[in-house]
Amino acid sequence: MSALTIAYALLFYAATAMLVIGVALKIRSYLRTPAPLKIPTTPAPTTQGGVALRLAREVVLFESLFKSSKWTWIFGWMFHAALLLVLLRHLRYFQEPVWTPVLWVQFFGTYAGFAMVAGLAGLWARRFLVDRVRYISTPSDHLHLALLLAIGLSGLTMRFVAHTDIVALKAFMLGLMRFDWQPLPGDPLLLLHLTLVALLMFVFPISKLLHAPGLFFSPSRNQVDNPREVRHVAAWAAALDK
Amino acid sequence: MATAAFETPKLKPYPVIPLIAEGSMAHSKPYVASSAIQQNIGFPGELAEGWEQRAIAKMGELLGKYRSLRVYMDACVHCGACSDKCHYFLGTGDPKNMPVARQDLMRAVYRRYFTFAGKHFPKLVGAVDMTKDVLDDWYAYYHQCSECRRCSVFCPYGIDTAEITMAAREIMDAVGLGQKYSNEIIGKVHRIGNNLGLPGPALEDTLLGLEEDVKEDTGVDVRYPLDVQGAEVLLVTPSADFFAEPHVESLIGYGKVFHAAGISWTLSSKASEAGNFGMFIGNYEQLRKIALRIREAALELGVKRIVVGECGHAWRVAYSFWNTLVGIGAGGTDPFAIQLQSQLDGRYKQPMHICELTYDLIQRGALKFDKEKNDDRIITFHDSCNVARASRMGDMPGGQFVIPREIIKAVANRFHDMAPETIHESTFCCGGGGGLLTDDLIELRVKGALPRMEALKNVVDQHGVNFMATICAICKAQFSKVLPYYGFDMGMVGGVHQLVSKSIRLGEPH
Ligand code: SF4
Ligand code: SF4
Repeated sequence: MSALTIAYALLFYAATAMLVIGVALKIRSYLRTPAPLKIPTTPAPTTQGGVALRLAREVVLFESLFKSSKWTWIFGWMFHAALLLVLLRHLRYFQEPVWTPVLWVQFFGTYAGFAMVAGLAGLWARRFLVDRVRYISTPSDHLHLALLLAIGLSGLTMRFVAHTDIVALKAFMLGLMRFDWQPLPGDPLLLLHLTLVALLMFVFPISKLLHAPGLFFSPSRNQVDNPREVRHVAAWAAALDK
Repeated sequence: MATAAFETPKLKPYPVIPLIAEGSMAHSKPYVASSAIQQNIGFPGELAEGWEQRAIAKMGELLGKYRSLRVYMDACVHCGACSDKCHYFLGTGDPKNMPVARQDLMRAVYRRYFTFAGKHFPKLVGAVDMTKDVLDDWYAYYHQCSECRRCSVFCPYGIDTAEITMAAREIMDAVGLGQKYSNEIIGKVHRIGNNLGLPGPALEDTLLGLEEDVKEDTGVDVRYPLDVQGAEVLLVTPSADFFAEPHVESLIGYGKVFHAAGISWTLSSKASEAGNFGMFIGNYEQLRKIALRIREAALELGVKRIVVGECGHAWRVAYSFWNTLVGIGAGGTDPFAIQLQSQLDGRYKQPMHICELTYDLIQRGALKFDKEKNDDRIITFHDSCNVARASRMGDMPGGQFVIPREIIKAVANRFHDMAPETIHESTFCCGGGGGLLTDDLIELRVKGALPRMEALKNVVDQHGVNFMATICAICKAQFSKVLPYYGFDMGMVGGVHQLVSKSIRLGEPH
């Protein structure tokens, strides 16, 4: 077995561990931190079902962003929707046999790659063109965009310009999952793509990419507006009554 | 100093997002609380050796106590969607008044001490050490936020800068850097029972005076009772209602509503204040302690209902927090909450807003109005932030927008709303909320009022509006002061119950 295969196998195990454990720890810390006061941003739903619907609209449609900034919404929604299709398309490298829905999504997923890159480019352009957004951008904001863009571009290049050995790649991935390592093709473009993906997995739990789980734990969005009907006391606050 | 000359912004016919002007409001800082004021309410008197570590420790404590803070420190993606939503940014152009930049003042420190990336790659993620310069920036810019929550409406994750402002102020208080205005008022409420420091006899005098005035005006004996044992309703209202114009006009109105509906009621000299500045400084213990007076007064007077007057943040605290803090509401299981619930009348919402009460009476046909008495007024309504974005009235989401407007339409003929993107949950702050209603911040207050003034100007020009009704004591005080800067008459602002008061038919005295 080549050193390359071993290195990438280890890299992906480490990246997966970092992603899963890192996000799980973060979620645990959010769960363990009490929300001592009712602070939903109104008009807020008065039932649990209403809250679920509110969150669903935020996740699927980016409702608040739509209200606040149409350009950011267009680029942001385009990028995220395309990313979802692209990720679904990639599932076929991890399955044998491949689920039928994943087969259906191949065509859309392929072209969604372009939408993803366009969305990212739009988001990045705002960071230079809008003086307010330029002011708040840190180096890491730019690097996140550069990373995602490089992943998208290297992927598209492999798909449309310089094909890589997909069959061998799939064998490698399936091998990773079954702990039965198979050789990884030494195509530089593929190696670049994989390295960047692993890097993204590493930074996810220690960066602003945590906005994804964060949304579900945001008290201003996930609380029911019923403070007069239901008392809402956190443990540390209840101790004050003693 | 902060009160030096400044230029009032020009009103433009349509809103324009300013270009950023770095540091343009860096000089704006409220007076620092003296060590007596600080110690009075249990905070250290001044910054002392080792404050940096104590600040970080306090931040750690708050991160463990408030999920909002913890999540909001992590979740921002710097999308900038909130960057043009703050009235203080729109009025000043100072980029640190963009909600995201205001949050970043704390986030930079959070990252440095509490995150892997900030500990190891501070430059990359914009992390900084806690230093005196950082603290000075906090003091300036966390006192340029009125905790109005407009940014949280527009953030894709609901990040609420008000929560971060409150945490920052709590951390500053914990190391001995307090704001004079808010902390002095909190001291007064503990010592005397209200924010203005009006002692019981002064209240009684004022109320007797009101009874005489109303009698002279209407010929009817409307009562304004204090400390009446066994009254049906305990009314808790901002203390500005007792003497300031136009506030007192609304107090007169509440009395007339109770009179016309035949509901017995009382004020309490112990709990004569609805305002709760514990919220502005983000301190749970103060918030609770101030709310406790209301519970005690309600128990002592044996009332069946608790009603809150026209005060924005007080209504937020009452509606959203009272039940949590001291069990005024339903569903509590500790002894005090149970005792209170068994006393209060479960058929009514507890607590209730005076607008909910008046609206219910109107719905049931229990009140009659001569609407034409308000015909000299062409009215618009200013949604106050804390009512609009942090509380509710009635049974449906958004009831807080509907009910006050329905009252106005029931008591007056001429009403026009301001532009849709400036009302309801998108309403603009008056510019003086959140503990900023102090003369040392007048420049900020005037500039922060710009977006509201522009929206007002539009309805003045288009519909001849000459009266802006509101249900918040801070809005009333702030607008009275700021309207003249923009060429409006200070008498243009007033309460919803001021309009009720003018047109209500008192009929036969009960
Ligand atoms: S809460 Fe209001 S004042 Fe504070 S940053 Fe947000 S919009 Fe500005
Ligand atoms: S809208 Fe929310 S996520 Fe975007 S910059 Fe503002 S606070 Fe951050």
